[in-house]
Amino acid sequence: MQPTAHDFKSNARAALGDKQLQDALSGLPGGLVAQRAAARARLPEFDGLRDYGRDLRNHTLEHLDVYLERYETAVKGAGGHVHWAANGDEACAAILRICQDAGARLVTKGKSMVSEEIGLNARLEGAGLEVVETDLGEYILQIRHETPSHIIAPAIHLTQGQVEADFRREHAHLPAGRRLVDPAELVDEARQILREKFIEADVGITGANFLIAETGSSIIVTNEGNGDLTQSLARVHIVITSIDKVVPTLDDASALLRLLARSATGQEITSYTTFSTGPRRDGDPDGPEAYHVVLLDNGRTELLGSEFREVLRCIRCGACMNHCPVYNAVGGHAYGWVYPGPIGAVLNPGFIGIKEAGNLPNASTFCGRCEAVCPMRIPLPKLMRHWREREFAGGDTPFTTRMALKSWAALARRPWAYHLLARLTSRAMRVASGRSGAFRWLPFATGWTGGRDFPAPQGRTFQELWAARQKQAASKRSAR
Amino acid sequence: MTDPASNRPRVGLFVTCLVDMFRPSVGMAAVKLIEHAGCDVVVPRAQTCCGQPAYNSGDRPDAKALALQTIAAFEGCDYVVAPSGSCAGMLKAHYPRLMDEGSNDHARAADFSERVHELVAFLVDVRGLTSVPGNFTGKVTYHDSCSGLRELGIKTQPRRLLTSIKGLELKEMADSEICCGFGGAFSVKFPDISNAMVEKKSANIAAADVDVILAGDLGCLMNMAGKLKRQESSTACRHVAEILAGELDDPPIAAALDKR
Ligand code: SF4
Repeated sequence: MQPTAHDFKSNARAALGDKQLQDALSGLPGGLVAQRAAARARLPEFDGLRDYGRDLRNHTLEHLDVYLERYETAVKGAGGHVHWAANGDEACAAILRICQDAGARLVTKGKSMVSEEIGLNARLEGAGLEVVETDLGEYILQIRHETPSHIIAPAIHLTQGQVEADFRREHAHLPAGRRLVDPAELVDEARQILREKFIEADVGITGANFLIAETGSSIIVTNEGNGDLTQSLARVHIVITSIDKVVPTLDDASALLRLLARSATGQEITSYTTFSTGPRRDGDPDGPEAYHVVLLDNGRTELLGSEFREVLRCIRCGACMNHCPVYNAVGGHAYGWVYPGPIGAVLNPGFIGIKEAGNLPNASTFCGRCEAVCPMRIPLPKLMRHWREREFAGGDTPFTTRMALKSWAALARRPWAYHLLARLTSRAMRVASGRSGAFRWLPFATGWTGGRDFPAPQGRTFQELWAARQKQAASKRSAR
Repeated sequence: MTDPASNRPRVGLFVTCLVDMFRPSVGMAAVKLIEHAGCDVVVPRAQTCCGQPAYNSGDRPDAKALALQTIAAFEGCDYVVAPSGSCAGMLKAHYPRLMDEGSNDHARAADFSERVHELVAFLVDVRGLTSVPGNFTGKVTYHDSCSGLRELGIKTQPRRLLTSIKGLELKEMADSEICCGFGGAFSVKFPDISNAMVEKKSANIAAADVDVILAGDLGCLMNMAGKLKRQESSTACRHVAEILAGELDDPPIAAALDKR
């Protein structure tokens, strides 16, 4: 995917003016946000569970090499294969090779953000394979030629009306009078279309929510069951995921699943939680003939050894974006690369560089709502600030911002000069504003005054008033 | 240190840049409240800005220098009180993080941090205040500024003092805990998004149907007041300290001056 994160400002402006997008986004507070709040209220130990999850992930990251090796051994023991990929290119190449070795023509896919990260579909299609997305949201995006705007609800930027129109256009052979209003009706129709694909598919590709070192299993959670069909009906199952997904044991995974479902959709547990361990064994009624896991690094080891390590605790629940007022205002596409919202603001600069993605960690008021809801207690604002520090130290902060900051800091470090200028500014602005109390336009804040007034100062500084009060008190004392 | 004669603790007022330059009446209201709570107030001249703009722009060296300057300015104060959750949060939660763990500066910042309080939290949690000098008749709502709420846990304290005022009706608006879109430099760097956020806020304020919208941070207040003024709303905008102290002579934020 070609990043447009450097265009974040104009992306955001377009998003703010997009009526349909704004309609779609307006469902978030009453939807995923309210559902999470209700689920949290039903589980008194939720916050304790978050501490447990945080500690568990920290422990795993501390010993990531050990657990990954253990995982690899377990996968091999179960008859599967593990492929290590340093970057997206290597991951795509490994997957393509597996498909070609299997003589594949048709590939079905479950939802996977890592596959978006490495641009998998384009690569496979470029090699002549047919790729079919089977998650409802991803399927909709595929027929619209769009990318996900949310990590768990990829088509959240669309309204029901838009999807209905897409389905009527794409599925013209179905009866025109059919009802396509409820999500269930859309799922049903997509499933009808996808049924043949599931059966004909040579290779099924899924992501993984977690990998279990103890057993060599991969886990996916879905609400549509499409993942199960993708991975068990095709001859070959490929899991594309990243190295940070490993957890030590089945018990550990189940603790994280409790947090994931509640944080993501407010469910106690998702409709389907599917464990895969190796290919079909003798006597198994179904399952793939071959089982491959492609493990992507793509900059994660570097994050592990940096001040950004904590971001690798992320379990991709999406709660941070659901609660982010910036995400709520502009949606996911404005962020201009795979991961939107607060998690994207921390991850994307690590993956595509701070020069391309510098806007993202800056586009936050640090309101802290993301950190407050993150099930893994990732200090997202702190990590965004670390990107700003890197930007500043590396000279990537825009020149005007840098100069403004530097001269302001120089002033603030000289209290007498600072107080003098404060007095002059306060006075001048007060005079310039007349009796109106506010400015409708200000030369150095035209962005601000484009949408709101800028309040005028009262005209004297507090330090002045205080000095006057002290003087008065002193003269009263001496008069006595 | 505590005046041995009067036994009144010595409170250093951290004025904040915005209060100093834009709305000194908030500072005067804060002084009145702190004195009402049985303390003496000092205002060190050597204070300027808490350093948050530098800190949040990734300029750690300048932020650290300003932190040390501020810490030095308030030496000898029993408490350091700021009429802002955002600045108090910087002083309290972030100063120690600016210093190298184990260093002398870190120890000083940690000690300083213990003494720092946001104004209303200080009045209620430290001084146990249950009544205030202010009196006001009308409907108000309170916006929970982000840093105060999430870094310092300020939620019930302002509400407790507000409801102690006879004649004041406190009405909760929807989403009082959601950011107003100010965010310091954010409002200048991303004005369109900031504006969209404050538009949602002003809609919630309008729906609450109140006479005054209150908050504990002048930055947020200037943002909301600017929006309300542009929308020609009749809702007044004030710092919570103004109502609590009964310092209401100055016109509300962004309001036109009376033609007297
Ligand atoms: S950062 Fe936290 S809230 Fe955001 S997706 Fe990851 S786990 Fe969920």
